This record gives sequence, C-alpha cells and structure tokens, in this order.
Amino acid sequence: MDPMVRFQDVHKSFGAVEVLKGITLDVPRGDVVVLVGRSGSGKSTALRCINGLETVNGGELHVCGEKLHDGKTDLRKLRQEVGIVFQSYNLFPHLTVEQNVTLAPRKVMKVGAKEAKELAAHVLAQVGLSEKAQSYPEQLSGGQQQRVAIARSLAMKPKLMLFDEVTSALDPELTGEVLRVIERLAQDGMTMVLVTHEMGFARGVADQIVFMHHGKVWERGGAEMLRAPQTPELQQFVATDL
Amino acid sequence: MGYEFDFSFLSEYAPDLWRGVWLTLWMTVVSIVPGFVLGTLCAIGRIYGSPPVRRVATIYVEAIRNTPLVIQVFWLFFGLAVLGARLDAFTAAVIALSINVGAYTAEIMRAGFESIPRGQREAASCLALSGPQRVLYVELPQAVERVYPALVSQFILMMLATSIMSQISAEELTGVAYQIQSFTFRGFEAYLVTAGIYLVLVTMLRLTLHGVALAAFPRRRRLGTPL
Ligand SMILES: Nc1ncnc2c1ncn2[C@@H]1O[C@H](COP(=O)(O)OP(=O)(O)O)[C@@H](O)[C@H]1O
Ligand SMILES: [Mg+2]
Repeated sequence: MDPMVRFQDVHKSFGAVEVLKGITLDVPRGDVVVLVGRSGSGKSTALRCINGLETVNGGELHVCGEKLHDGKTDLRKLRQEVGIVFQSYNLFPHLTVEQNVTLAPRKVMKVGAKEAKELAAHVLAQVGLSEKAQSYPEQLSGGQQQRVAIARSLAMKPKLMLFDEVTSALDPELTGEVLRVIERLAQDGMTMVLVTHEMGFARGVADQIVFMHHGKVWERGGAEMLRAPQTPELQQFVATDL
Repeated sequence: MGYEFDFSFLSEYAPDLWRGVWLTLWMTVVSIVPGFVLGTLCAIGRIYGSPPVRRVATIYVEAIRNTPLVIQVFWLFFGLAVLGARLDAFTAAVIALSINVGAYTAEIMRAGFESIPRGQREAASCLALSGPQRVLYVELPQAVERVYPALVSQFILMMLATSIMSQISAEELTGVAYQIQSFTFRGFEAYLVTAGIYLVLVTMLRLTLHGVALAAFPRRRRLGTPL
C-alpha cells in the first residue's frame, strides 16, 4: 500500500537560505513517525510542507496519494485529511469549546447542527474534556486548551495528524495529560508525524524516529536508535538534550 | 445685567423639540448600520483585496477623513442638485453620515483585524475553512470585539455631528434650538436645555450599544468582562 506521506528528495528554501536539503522519508499508514533534532534543523518546516503551509522548491512530496505542490493542489481538500496541532493552541477565544470543535465540520463539511453536537461530544470524550463543552478557552488550563485543539482537529476525521511540539508551552505537570491523548490516538491506529523534545515519550510511541540535522535526515531507526546513536551528531544531541 | 432666567417657553416649543430629538435619533440610527457595514467591507478590502480594490478603498477612506463633513453634505445636497439629482435633506444627511462614519470605521476595523494574532488565521486555514469563512467566523467577531469601545466613540461623535444638518434644512435638535432662540431671544436657556438633551441622547446611545455588545459577544456576557 502507498505510504501516507512520501518525501522524495524534498528541498525547501526561504529566500537564499536552504532549510530542507533533500529529505527522503516515508510515513506508512498507521505508523507514528517522530522527528527530533536541534532547534532550527527544519523539523517544523518539514511538518508544515505536509499540509501545504509551506510549498516545496524541489523534489516530490506525496500526501494521501496526492502529489503536492504541482500548482493545482486543492489545499482545502488536503487539510480536511491532514490535521495539525501547534505549540500555541490557537483556539478561537470568542467561541465555546464545543463551537471551536464544530465550526469546521459545520462550515466545511456541512454537517448538521445535531450531528455536529454529537461529533463534538465524541471527540471531547476522546480527549477527556466532555464536561468542558460549554466553557470558553480562557477558562481552561494550557493542557486542557491543547487537548481541545487536538479534539478540534480530530473532528474533521483526518487520516493523518501532525503535532509540532504540542507540549513545549506547557508546565511539566500538564504535559502528561496531552501526551496520554496522543498515545491513545497512536494505539487506535492514527497515522501521525510529530515533533517533540520529550525523548521518553518519543521512544514509547514511535514506530520510527527521525533525527534531523541541518535540513537533512541524519539518522533514522526504531525506538532503540536513541540508545545507540551511530552518528556523532546524534550522540551529542542525545547527550545534551536528555 | 439683571437677566432673569425664564424656561417657560419650553412648554410652548416642546413639540418642536420633540420632533428635533426624533430626527436626530433617527438620523443616527439609520446611519450607523450602513456606516458600519461599509467601513468593515473597506477594512477587509484594504487587507485582503486585490491591488485595485485596495486602492479604491484607500482613496475613499483618505478622501473622507481629510475633508469636512459639512462640505460632504453640501456637495451631496447642493452640489448634486445642480446636476439635477435632488436629494431631500434627510436622505442627503443619512448618506453623508454613513459614508463619513464608514471611513472612520474602516480605519478602526482595520486596526482590529490587524491586532488578531497570526495563529488564529493559520488555525482557521488548517481546519480547511475558506478565506471568506475564515474572515466571517474567526476574524470578524474578534476584530469587532477588540475595537468595540473605539466604534462606540465614533458612533457617538457621529450622533453629535448630526447637529450640522440644520444647515441643509433638516430640522434636527440643533436646528430647532436655533429657531427657538431666534423667536424667543432666550439663547442661554435654549442652548442649555439642548445640551442637556444631547447628553441624555448620547447616554441612551451608549447604553444601547452596550446592550448590543452583550448580545453580540456571549463570552463577555458569560465571563462578565467589561467592555
Ligand atoms: N517563514 C520563514 N522565513 C524564513 N526563515 C524561516 C521561516 N521558517 C523557518 N525559517 C528558518 O528555517 C530554519 C528551520 O526552521 P524550523 O523548521 O522552524 O526548525 P525547527 O522546527 O527544527 O526548530 C530556521 O533557521 C528558521 O530560522
Ligand atoms: Mg519547530
């Protein structure tokens, strides 16, 4: 079967600066791929290319069987299939939790009011926030807001979820509740690409770990890779970042 | 010296004052809605429009904000009449006020849109909302909420600005007051009372707009944040 995401020698530059220098990477369906690496190594950029937030300059990128960036990609269709959650939760502050979750299903997928409410109840239960449906984002903790952001993405029934350092803005005692939600998604078979600094979590959840360095896939392997790094760069990263 | 205050003329002129009050109120209310819509469309046009749209919106906003309202009204009322397009005074006043407040609203709303964090826009796009859906459901409500106090001030200034409309024979409150003082020679009393009436009208407008805010921003209503 086709992989969910296929990078083939993907290049990306911002002006004169090349940020991705030939990424080749497959994300098989149902797998969890974790990107690790130093700040500035291109992890976020790689992730953002997958849902069309950035356009690639070279190579080929296929997502859900469609080739991206050939000038006629339907970004709205792509984004119905690919959910993304950022470090900053970006909930809509003027809407209740339930309205945050149902806005896109109602307006984009034209789901009816009643069905949307049921959908919201379902995804909020998935992230353990059923009782917060009528709250506003500002009434929630950071961890709860991030779980709502995840639920909001899940409500679009994506085939692929992207997570970019979703716990980096949270106090340590709040990261656990968010990571548990992601772990459960992984167990349920969701295909995911995630960037994280939580190495213990990465080892636990990843089918494949990808160490990025200077815009390249420097080293990749299973969860055990972090214990036995092959390259000096990963050795150093593991030594300083854990 | 030895001036004796006398407010007794009030009862005789009460019906005229009443008519003036209604005209002032009516002009204000009828101008706020189209002014707000026009200004908001202009703000959106200036931020997201194509270059020609942006240029037209900018010219409109700058032309209106850099010329006196009274000239705008005269041009609509006397100027267009020369060309054979005769507007009645009320219509000319309402059009002029809407266009005028629209230009100021455009600047206020533009500030509102621009103050929304980038992440909001990105989150909306990532949820596959179209551009218009994003503006309508995500940006517009937040923009209005952020600049609401400035909008209220602008609408109040507009209510006060209706006082020039007697110059095109729309007998609003100030026009009535002028007539009363010219008949009774009681300028002190007439304008004092008129000022008091404006104060009441402005207060009513402020309270009404506060009520509108409570209806429009349920989060503020729920969380009790003052506007
Ligand atoms: N929109 C942008 N414009 C210019 N440079 C950018 C932009 N986004 C990222 N970069 C640069 O690209 C490099 C990689 O960034 P990023 O993908 O965010 O790295 P990471 O997520 O691994 O920290 C950095 O040097 C960053 O400064
Ligand atoms: Mg990053």
